[in-house]
Amino acid sequence: MNATTQAKTQAPAQVSDAAAPLLEIRGVVKRFSLSGDFLEQLKFKRGRIVREQKHVHAINGVDLDIQRGEALCVVGESGCGKSTVARTVMGLLHPSAGEVHYDGQRIDDLSHKALMPYRRRMQMIFQNPYASLNPRMTIQQTLEEPIRLHHPDWTPQRIKQQVADVMASVGIAADWGGRYGHEFSGGQRQRIAIARALAVDPEFIVADEPISALDVSIQAQVLNLLMEAQQQRNLTYLFITHDLAVVEHFGTRVAVMYLGRVCEIAPTATLFARPRHPYTQALMSAIPRLEDDRPQHIRLEGEVPTPVDLPSGCVFHGRCPHVNDRCRREIPSLIATDDGGQVACHAVEEGRID
Amino acid sequence: MPLLDVNHLDVRFALRRGDVQALRDVSFSLERGERLGIVGESGAGKSVAAFSLLNLIAKPGYIAGGSIHFDGQDLTQMSDRALRHVRGHRMSMIFQDPMMTLNPVLSIGEQMVECLKAHRRISSREARAIALRKLEHVQIPSPSARLDQYPHELSGGMRQRVIIAIALLLDPDIIIADEPTTALDVTIQAEIMALLLELCEQHNVGLILITHDLGVVSQVTQRMLVMYAGRVIEQGPTREIINDPQHPYTQGLINALPQMATPGSRLNQIPGSMPSLDNLPTGCAFHPRCGFIDRADGTTRRACIDEVPGFVTSGNCRVACHMVAEMLERERIPAEEIR
Repeated sequence: MNATTQAKTQAPAQVSDAAAPLLEIRGVVKRFSLSGDFLEQLKFKRGRIVREQKHVHAINGVDLDIQRGEALCVVGESGCGKSTVARTVMGLLHPSAGEVHYDGQRIDDLSHKALMPYRRRMQMIFQNPYASLNPRMTIQQTLEEPIRLHHPDWTPQRIKQQVADVMASVGIAADWGGRYGHEFSGGQRQRIAIARALAVDPEFIVADEPISALDVSIQAQVLNLLMEAQQQRNLTYLFITHDLAVVEHFGTRVAVMYLGRVCEIAPTATLFARPRHPYTQALMSAIPRLEDDRPQHIRLEGEVPTPVDLPSGCVFHGRCPHVNDRCRREIPSLIATDDGGQVACHAVEEGRID
Repeated sequence: MPLLDVNHLDVRFALRRGDVQALRDVSFSLERGERLGIVGESGAGKSVAAFSLLNLIAKPGYIAGGSIHFDGQDLTQMSDRALRHVRGHRMSMIFQDPMMTLNPVLSIGEQMVECLKAHRRISSREARAIALRKLEHVQIPSPSARLDQYPHELSGGMRQRVIIAIALLLDPDIIIADEPTTALDVTIQAEIMALLLELCEQHNVGLILITHDLGVVSQVTQRMLVMYAGRVIEQGPTREIINDPQHPYTQGLINALPQMATPGSRLNQIPGSMPSLDNLPTGCAFHPRCGFIDRADGTTRRACIDEVPGFVTSGNCRVACHMVAEMLERERIPAEEIR
């Protein structure tokens, strides 16, 4: 039996241990080449022809577990690799190293065909609802397409029924079906994008900044919708965002990323009550709050280094107020803390900061 | 007299299907050195309000009525030549996207010198010295090296610092900042806002901050306007509005923030979305989404549907809402009877 048929027979069976994580990411690395093709990589230096390759190190060894029914939020600033994690999980990008396991099965090395059953079980919601809906398809067509793809044996009536059900469940009026994406506002489009993700009854949703492009009052509507869907359908979320207020509300656990590495993972309440990693602390202090007093904002030195030339040791060392020699030399790994989280920081490990 | 006094401003866009009114009866003022926030969702008219202050409304838009008095002169009646003196010199603007504002083919120094020489009769050397000083003010590391760099060589946060330096070049009285930190990360946003605040306080520069972020407004500004569908619906001291919003829309906006709800619970959403400007509901533009209208009695309810609400004063705030007006009326009568 080859890998393809094996995956096919296993996937629909869904025999799984409830305690095992739904998704496991093991040491995933993703590099993007900057140097073009082979000939462009050749450089003439000191009288010799040498081959030079430059890479963007988008993610450098990320380990994450996502438990069934939880919402794992990944936060970080632009360029920290959070979207790359989402795309790698979905199989839209191939990891340069490391493994992605879904429900006990390794999926990052599967063929396109073998991946199909998993594609039905995991769906994605994108940031920009203006770009993620095909402008030439009606809403009905948009919602039917994934069902046709994943259930080629369904009758047209059954497909129509499924579309009607999913539209009702996300609060889309039935008469929207004949209209096109441009006729709707951003919030309505995001509703349609969510409906499309839910149309094939997935169990796992990757949402990449799903509310960042929306207005405040609409953000609340869409977040409510995502939370309702989670309760009704028992969904598991991987939620990518830069908005910590949303994370505090929505997340079961939070992973904070910096420059392609996870620097802290903790249950949401724990992380917000007591951020351990110096970067997490700075990030938290930067949230503009409604309260009166001007915030005690922790100012970080300098800026995020480029992911092309990664700093040695801890990627945060150049900006960290607690840096010492070991931080500059040695890459910290995630260690468990006493309150249920994990943090990658030498200073926390050595007890230099609490 | 306030430094800037906007009265009954009415801005329209002449489209083939007729005029669309982007601003209706917008009035506000700004004292010297004061910081004012303009808050609203997309389509509320906050950017149009900012652009019209400098008469930067591009065709087919035009100012159809009202006045903008700046230092005693009406900007809407000014010649282009006189306006050019005000723009950049007395009032300058910071836009959302730093890459769109900076000229990619000129070095930072060239752009700054160009701006200075357009407004003042000075030598290039003097201009360069001023540019360098302004870059120092915005706390850019190694400012003299930056003068010869091009915009693409700087990070987003650095570019926004350069833009603030350019906005400050001619020592303006007012800076208008249109979503200055929306394109930036949280930590950078916090730094830029702190810098802007510090510079405004130091140089006694007025700030008009346009944003959708209530957190930023509450940290930076002293007074704020809330806009909805082309109108100002509530204005007053920032703290009072944030702590005790009167208008149902402002209340809804603040209550919809995730930080206002217990984690994991349902958020207090406002139903529906903002109407488009060419198809506004009758009466109060917010009434189809208003959660309080069902609780209003017959007369007030009819007023919400039929009449555009005028401003009533509640504490130090001014609110355009029939229901708030009715509530205040009811409170006022017993108070007088007691007396």
